[in-house]
Amino acid sequence: MSVDSNNVIKVDCLGETCPVPLVEARKAIRKALPGDIIEIIGNHESSKKEIPMAVEALGLELLSVEEKTDNWLIRIKIPKEKSKS
Amino acid sequence: MTEKATIIVHSGDFDKIYSAFIIGNGALAMGMDVSMYFTFFGLERLKKGGLNKGKLSRMHFLGLGKWMINRKMNKVNVRSLEGMLSDFVELGGKILACDMTMEIMGIKKEDLREEVITEYCSVGTYVKEVKESTMTLFI
Repeated sequence: MSVDSNNVIKVDCLGETCPVPLVEARKAIRKALPGDIIEIIGNHESSKKEIPMAVEALGLELLSVEEKTDNWLIRIKIPKEKSKS
Repeated sequence: MTEKATIIVHSGDFDKIYSAFIIGNGALAMGMDVSMYFTFFGLERLKKGGLNKGKLSRMHFLGLGKWMINRKMNKVNVRSLEGMLSDFVELGGKILACDMTMEIMGIKKEDLREEVITEYCSVGTYVKEVKESTMTLFI
């Protein structure tokens, strides 16, 4: 996990398999502050649909799911009023 | 109210411990509260140095099967049990240790990894946890 110059929290899960992308996404969400944006990159197929499920369950905002040829990028926003994360 | 999952970890088999932690961590990641209740052979895995000591539930073949599956798991980059346990603790999962098992098997607190154990308890606590849970598993 790292934070870039635009204050976006980056989580690199390339090459990771179940349940690591989901778990690393959750760790980042727990550490994030209201208003923060988290970007998770990975290539584990099921996590591409399961991270958005977790985002919904946690009441967060799913900004985008980008699919590339051999990986995906998911962007999440922590609402100003943090619900249950 | 946050949904809750309770998992009884009765088996100490290597593959079943993996399943328990994958499900436990998955449920935490999906926003649930999770308690894992370690009892009987499952509790042996919480002994110091015991986490990886379980046999495979099938095709153990005197350790050859486990060696093969470990090799395969390394190849596809599966997180270690040690990593799964530390993720579980970091995400706020609770680890409950069965004190009756400790008596039967002669396990003392100092034999166990006390730093990861939330509570030493017995069936009453387990039932209370289950009554609050929407997901319960016996592994």
